[in-house]
Amino acid sequence: MAEILKRNKALAVNPLKASQPVGASLAFLGINRAIPMLHGSQGCTAFGKVYFVRHFREPIPLQTTAMDQVSTVMNADENVILGLKSICEKSNPALIGLPTTSLAETQGTDIKRLVKDFYTAHPEFAHIPVVPVNTPDFSGCLESGYALAVKAVLETMLPKKTDNVGKRKKQVNVLAGSFLTPGDVEHIKELVEAFGLRPLVLPDIGDSLDGHLTEMESSPVTVGGTPVTDISSMGESIATLVLGNSLYDAADFLKTQTGVPDYRFDCLVGLDAVDSFVAALADISAKPVPEKIERQRAQLQDAMVDCHFMLGFARVAIAADPDLLYGLSRLVTEMGCEVVAAVAPARANILKDVEAAQVGIGDLEDLEIAAGKNGAQLVISNSHAAETSRRLGVPLLRAGFPQYDLVGGYQRLWVGYRGTRQALFDLANLLVEHGHHEPEPYVSIYSQRTGERRATSAAGRH
Amino acid sequence: MQAKDIAELLNEPACTHNTKSKSGCARPKPGATAGGCSFDGAQIALLPIADVAHIVHGPIACAGSSWEGRGTRSSGPTLYRIGMTTDLTEQDVIMGRGEKRLFHSIKQAIDGYAPKAVFVYNTCVPALTGDDIGAVCKTAAEKFGVPCIPVDCAGFYGTKNLGNRIAGDAMFKYVIGTAEPLPVPPEAQRPGITVHDVNLIGEYNIAGEFWNVAPLFDELGLRILCTLSGDGRFHEVQTMHRAEASMVVCAKALLNVARKLETSYKVPFFEGSFYGVTDTSMAFRDFAKLLNDPSLTERTEALIAREEAKINAALDPWREKLRGKRVLLYTGGVKSWSIVSALQDLGMEVVATGTNKSTEEDKARIREIMGEKTKMITDGSPKALLGAVKEYRADILIAGGRNMYTALKARIPFLDINQEREFGYEGYSGMMELARQLALTIQSPVWQSVRKASPWAKSSVPGIELGA
Repeated sequence: MAEILKRNKALAVNPLKASQPVGASLAFLGINRAIPMLHGSQGCTAFGKVYFVRHFREPIPLQTTAMDQVSTVMNADENVILGLKSICEKSNPALIGLPTTSLAETQGTDIKRLVKDFYTAHPEFAHIPVVPVNTPDFSGCLESGYALAVKAVLETMLPKKTDNVGKRKKQVNVLAGSFLTPGDVEHIKELVEAFGLRPLVLPDIGDSLDGHLTEMESSPVTVGGTPVTDISSMGESIATLVLGNSLYDAADFLKTQTGVPDYRFDCLVGLDAVDSFVAALADISAKPVPEKIERQRAQLQDAMVDCHFMLGFARVAIAADPDLLYGLSRLVTEMGCEVVAAVAPARANILKDVEAAQVGIGDLEDLEIAAGKNGAQLVISNSHAAETSRRLGVPLLRAGFPQYDLVGGYQRLWVGYRGTRQALFDLANLLVEHGHHEPEPYVSIYSQRTGERRATSAAGRH
Repeated sequence: MQAKDIAELLNEPACTHNTKSKSGCARPKPGATAGGCSFDGAQIALLPIADVAHIVHGPIACAGSSWEGRGTRSSGPTLYRIGMTTDLTEQDVIMGRGEKRLFHSIKQAIDGYAPKAVFVYNTCVPALTGDDIGAVCKTAAEKFGVPCIPVDCAGFYGTKNLGNRIAGDAMFKYVIGTAEPLPVPPEAQRPGITVHDVNLIGEYNIAGEFWNVAPLFDELGLRILCTLSGDGRFHEVQTMHRAEASMVVCAKALLNVARKLETSYKVPFFEGSFYGVTDTSMAFRDFAKLLNDPSLTERTEALIAREEAKINAALDPWREKLRGKRVLLYTGGVKSWSIVSALQDLGMEVVATGTNKSTEEDKARIREIMGEKTKMITDGSPKALLGAVKEYRADILIAGGRNMYTALKARIPFLDINQEREFGYEGYSGMMELARQLALTIQSPVWQSVRKASPWAKSSVPGIELGA
């Protein structure tokens, strides 16, 4: 069990954390024809937008209630009503996400009441669900904001208790955590479909942020993602797959509300984790594991054998949001690596299970110090860690948010047998390419080869 | 910051459109607003000062989503690239511990990174709860012996542009005039050349582009006391009041600094740009004019003649490729008119330009360069931009990074012109890079491929003919 070291300094240096409103926005971006509107100053949205645009290399729909000085001091309620009205009129979205920021929370907004006020004032928009969620950035991190938004979506879309479990015999709910990339979500859907089941993924960034050219030139709302009508039918599924510890709270709500049995997974990388996921699918579908998946499993096992030479005893430093940190720590320790530095931006239940002696709550400076002290050979973190690893003189494998310097990070497949295998290859290759296993060349002080460098002590005398 | 202080900042006598209603008074429309806030603007203006610890005082959203976001370069210290924030927690807000945390943060930054100065950027939450960052900075500066500069730029004060002004104001109030420049070293003196001290205000050295121009300043004997703020140093900002002339490089953002330098220290200024051959030459001529040194004028003309001949010869093959191509320009921070002139130098035709962030004077200048018929676009929404691309049969969209994927999704060639970009286009040699990047995207074979229907598609789908 990992010891959790709490934040012990005033200043965050080279922040690892992304804010809760950004995380909540990400969840809403996984819903079809949706748009998040942050209740805060226009900068909150502008920064969030640039953050996602740089990561996904996609246009990102994101709006703001544009609190200015007057509305900040006096009252910004009208901003929310006006903003919702404006979006409904202009874009006719299928859903509006309404995360708050710490500015609105400090002011003391009652976001849920404002949504009611909006429907009272504008009954003509009663058909457009608005999902309010309290996500101040002075608490939590991207992952917790995302989880809060997923729960808020369920609360809004499934307001009543139902008893229709299994009405849709092949439908399986998938609550997809923020540690999954669009590539991961795609692969998870393939796995579920391989068992003859129909995955209903919430949120489905695999469909909305996968980066594909469409016939549509531009859109003020998301293109792709979970259809809003599908969300209402989640109570009719035969099972729910919950991916990520951060979503367990949302899963509790879904289970209580609908009675759909769930299967929970803290991560989906590494042989054991994927095995239990595949076993659950076989269980739910009552079908044997398809040949293709068996083959992928065998391929992973082969890769594990091949890579253990490079990865055994390797000293790894990881900084990421809690679920991702946990998964990556499992992945590398299963290969015989040691996690010598682990940092998460905020507290979470899963952190105690991270495969490391200690997990610091902190920033990339903390990671850098711990990694340097403990002789890390490899860093796994986001693009901001490029400078960190350069200073440490070790390679970096990019994971998590944001990844803006190299292309394709948003789409990378990490999960499943296939994703795990590729991750192992990449980790091993980085160590091979950057490793220094051989002794430095030595030239004898008695060397007869003139013009070549000799040992320093002898050279000094000449 | 009080309302009257904001009103005062919005009042910029050096702007020709100052008599009109203040843009800052137009309240942003909820649900239909794009663009950054004052914090964003202030941070952009000052972050390039390389040897300063830049502390963002607030919860994580402000720094967390924005640090390491700029393409500005430093030739020395890299301290400015270290992201620093007080990362306020819920308890800090409730218990009113923000000021205390800030004070300790300043200490930590000074102890850990030995900065030449600490800049503290205020953000929405501490501004709302009433943290007195001015007092904290004063106390910290006295206690730790390092200058601590408050930049009161909460996002809700207003727009990015206001943030630029707040930044300039803070520099003028707390930094400029607090130190003297060092004497010119004797070994740098050349016979027949009188060294003149100048400022460049609003030059951000994106992708190192100013280094295209800097050697020419050296050649002419113009010592750049300070570029506010690209590749700048704290001490250089302190000495700006000793310049003999200033050039305002990037639109009106930091015009207030130039104006105050003129009124308080009698430093004359002019507005110019290093984008395009014509404007680069013009900038050097304007310096010579203000400095009123016949030898300098002579050497300047010689340098211009030499550089223009050189670059014109080098650009000829590129002009062949680019001549007559139609450009739709939608810029933010960089002056529209200066880019227009650069594109015209390349023989391209600017069919329409965005003027959302341009001042009246900028617009007048655009009309002057492009003629009265020029289409000016004010609606920057993706739909409007793409509509305009079609309407004006543009071959390329030139805009800021956030519009990049709008263009690419619509299968339209694109050139990024904003702060985040990867390439520098300033000066004579920068034109080569600009031409290369333009040709690279316009001529790219990918446009044909992505517009092409699959061989098995029965009928063409909308979007495929776009721009083809």
